[in-house]
Amino acid sequence: MILGIDVGGTHTDAVLVENFQLIKKAKVLTNQANIMASLLEAAQKLISGDNINNIERIVLSTTISTNAIVQNKTNRVAMVLLSGPGLSPATLDLGKDTYFAQGYVNHRGIPVKNVSSREMEEISNDISEKSIRHIGVVGKFSSRNPQQERDAAELLQKESRIISLGHTLSGQLNFPRRIATTYLNAAIHDIYDAFVHDVLKFISKIGPNIPVYILKADGGTILIEKSLECPVQTIHSGPAAGIMGVLATARIKEDAVALDIGGTTTDISVFADGVPLLEPSGVAIDGRKTLIRGLYTKSIGVGGDSVVKIEKGELVIGPQREGPAVALGGPFPTPTDAMIVEGIVSFGDAEKAKKAIAGLARKLDLSVEETARAIVEKTAAIIADHVRDILTEINNKPVYTIHELLEGKIIKPKILYVAGGPAAIAPVIADNLGYPYSIPEHSEVSNALGVAIARTTAEITILADTEKRELILSEEGKVEEIPRNFSLADAVDTGKKTLREKAARMGARPEDIIMEVTESQEFNMIRNFYTTGKNIRVKVQIKPGLIASGTER
Amino acid sequence: MAKKEKKTGLIFFPAFDWAISVNHPEREERLLYTQDQVFEEGLLDFPNIREYKPGIATYAEINRCHICVPNPQNLTTNSHLISAGGAITAAQKVLSGEVDNAFALVRPPGHHSMLVAHGARGFCNINIEAVMIEYIRHKFGVKRIAVVDTDCHHGDGTQDIYWNDPDVLCISMHQDGRTLYPGTGFVDDFGGPNALGATINIALPPRTSDEGFLFALDNVILPILDEFQPEIIINSAGQDNHYSDPITNMNFSAQGYALLNEKLAPHIAVLEGGYSIEKALPYVNVGIILAMAGLDYSQVREPDYDEERIRQSPEVTRLIEEEVKNVMTLWKKKKNLKKQIVGSAAYIRREKNIYYDTDDITEKQIETVRVCEDCGGLVMIESAADTGKKIFAVILPNSCCPECRKNGEIFFDRVNGSQYNHVYFQDRQRDVFIVK
Repeated sequence: MILGIDVGGTHTDAVLVENFQLIKKAKVLTNQANIMASLLEAAQKLISGDNINNIERIVLSTTISTNAIVQNKTNRVAMVLLSGPGLSPATLDLGKDTYFAQGYVNHRGIPVKNVSSREMEEISNDISEKSIRHIGVVGKFSSRNPQQERDAAELLQKESRIISLGHTLSGQLNFPRRIATTYLNAAIHDIYDAFVHDVLKFISKIGPNIPVYILKADGGTILIEKSLECPVQTIHSGPAAGIMGVLATARIKEDAVALDIGGTTTDISVFADGVPLLEPSGVAIDGRKTLIRGLYTKSIGVGGDSVVKIEKGELVIGPQREGPAVALGGPFPTPTDAMIVEGIVSFGDAEKAKKAIAGLARKLDLSVEETARAIVEKTAAIIADHVRDILTEINNKPVYTIHELLEGKIIKPKILYVAGGPAAIAPVIADNLGYPYSIPEHSEVSNALGVAIARTTAEITILADTEKRELILSEEGKVEEIPRNFSLADAVDTGKKTLREKAARMGARPEDIIMEVTESQEFNMIRNFYTTGKNIRVKVQIKPGLIASGTER
Repeated sequence: MAKKEKKTGLIFFPAFDWAISVNHPEREERLLYTQDQVFEEGLLDFPNIREYKPGIATYAEINRCHICVPNPQNLTTNSHLISAGGAITAAQKVLSGEVDNAFALVRPPGHHSMLVAHGARGFCNINIEAVMIEYIRHKFGVKRIAVVDTDCHHGDGTQDIYWNDPDVLCISMHQDGRTLYPGTGFVDDFGGPNALGATINIALPPRTSDEGFLFALDNVILPILDEFQPEIIINSAGQDNHYSDPITNMNFSAQGYALLNEKLAPHIAVLEGGYSIEKALPYVNVGIILAMAGLDYSQVREPDYDEERIRQSPEVTRLIEEEVKNVMTLWKKKKNLKKQIVGSAAYIRREKNIYYDTDDITEKQIETVRVCEDCGGLVMIESAADTGKKIFAVILPNSCCPECRKNGEIFFDRVNGSQYNHVYFQDRQRDVFIVK
């Protein structure tokens, strides 16, 4: 049995799942000031002395990291940057505790200028004077050679200092994002650390041997102890739970679009052959663009409680929300009121809803029913337009090979999945989009279900340079010697082997390690008209999905 | 440093799966490190820099500026259609107002492809700028266009295509043809009889550095542009003037390239050559993108940059000053030149021998231009290549006068087709292309 708990903004949901069947569910209000209390309360509703021994794992989503960032409950962080020449530092978004230090590696990971120990000592002293405990060290191209970040960290290391290194958080290139990612990782360290210890304390009380997992931004799980190395990966755990929930309840296999229609906003996510799409570079949080692998989701300002107004004789829906529907005692007419008048949902005070819509109907010189219909259709049309725009954008994503440009995958949704309170509008949206819809079952606890049966995900980025006779495993920070005849196939093998070990360390069961090579390129390096080596680039991932046997019911 | 930010479109298509041949400079690896640098600097995250996927050029779009022998299908692969399509996408984004300027970082290049094309020369099969220019004229009705070719090699293909067109100013600044392929591009290459001054060549001595390039820019290119008043400026942005380029002998730097693009302020830049793929291209391209976007590029520097080592000698400075003087003297006299050159002739003939180094083809060409006061003039070309192909082409210019049109149609009608493999009729004004 698996216990899955989703800590949401309003509710904390918990489910017990056995053989992919929902056994038991519970819902409690989330106490934002004390997330631990909510977790405990939800868990205790489902576990007892009878079933505790049958629980093989506990999986949690958490808002702790996101909240810490958004609410500024973060540590003061000193950032030490080995930036070298290039983009002007003035264009970077940096805090006051930033130090630029000597040290630079180029695009191939070849050191151009070394770290200076004297300079690091000065920086170290300054950090001590400011009594800053958390440090982020980020080098340009450090994912191509981690050594200088390590050298700097070694020179800065002191008891009580906690240092985050840029290359450990992502294998992707993007120096400004690497800085933001490393900063956030250091900034949420203490609050996340405390949370993990609280969770572990609680678990040790109920059943000391149950492994606990946390859901990451990419919809994959990681053992909670391992997550301490990279707390920043747990941002956006909540939205990821939502998307994994759709996957868990709908068992998507084809190209699809999923909508989570809430009161204020509608979240749109996209699936290609049943796999949720990832953000191409990384998720953004609180205005900061990061390198954190995360599920793609786009939030638009239209929901069931959006205010409906008339401007210049036209209906305008959202983006403001001023309260619930009039039918539920709110101040302004909303799409939900229109749906009540239309009779597609039935709750609240229908008379009040009718009265609210009638006010708009007079201005439009239409009947109440016609107005309600127009509001529902307009709401659906806005959402459908956004869905089309998103698909156009995704399908027009730049590619870099002729093969991809001519033969690349184009997403053509076959079905629309709709969840959330106002999901009753689904047929109207589906009609506008021209494909069928479905409202998955158990949608009231789907997030917790998604959390419970999500698999462990991970990624490995490899750059092999046979001229340098070196291979780097970017996220692992490992550099290995390779022979001159090292091939693309060898690099893929190394990637798979490393990824398997990494996933196992993160807590994946062997049967859940389903790997996919997402990039494999090989370039002949020619210098002065002679082949001097090969530049090989490989990425292997375990894509987001459900644990084994969860895919077949 | 406060600069005015611009919305810049980037069409980046490195064609990672295409090469002329395994060891060729024009190979898969060429833009690999540029991609690394652009990604690592996070340039695509700037709100004023937007990346677009390239379109795919059509054969009809190629037929607007080339006479491909036997046809564009035989002369191009998908890579050429995408690279020209990328240039077209750049133009489309600029002219529709979606962005202020755009950079097509695409390959393979195109500026050595001439009007008649029997094959590939100088790594080029079709002229991607010319395909783009004809798209701009056709789709957006733009009349006056300037191409500033800053590749180290003479932009002989673009010059050839617009030799007789008074509305397209082709300025090429390059390493002296006596020391580098293709061996042409001297001051007195000044345009056809009806388009004198619409072709400008500035031949710079080997080992010209930033100082010399910027001197030529300030004293020839910018003043001539100012007088010509183009609606659109295109930079044929070769990057092989860089001090580290393996096949040229110049001393230009990433800072120099960025400053040149800031001053020139092209609406569209299109990548041409540049084969120092590791030491130059990553930095030059980042510099150009930042300069076009109006962002601070002052910190962009090659790791091995050494100002002293690449400084130009006083002799180089003297030669450049002399060249600049010669070009400007000719430019000032351009109005009086026609009478002197044309005399009383009704038609002017020019014979050319063209070598296609990439495909090893030799072509003999006779170009005949009608002397005209009202338009660029009717052009007729007889071309025979050692592939055995012999063709005849009638080309009507973009703003063709009735007299040239009438004559052109008669010549096309009466030409003895049995002498040629193909006879072509290219009407740039009405966008008609006929083969018989």
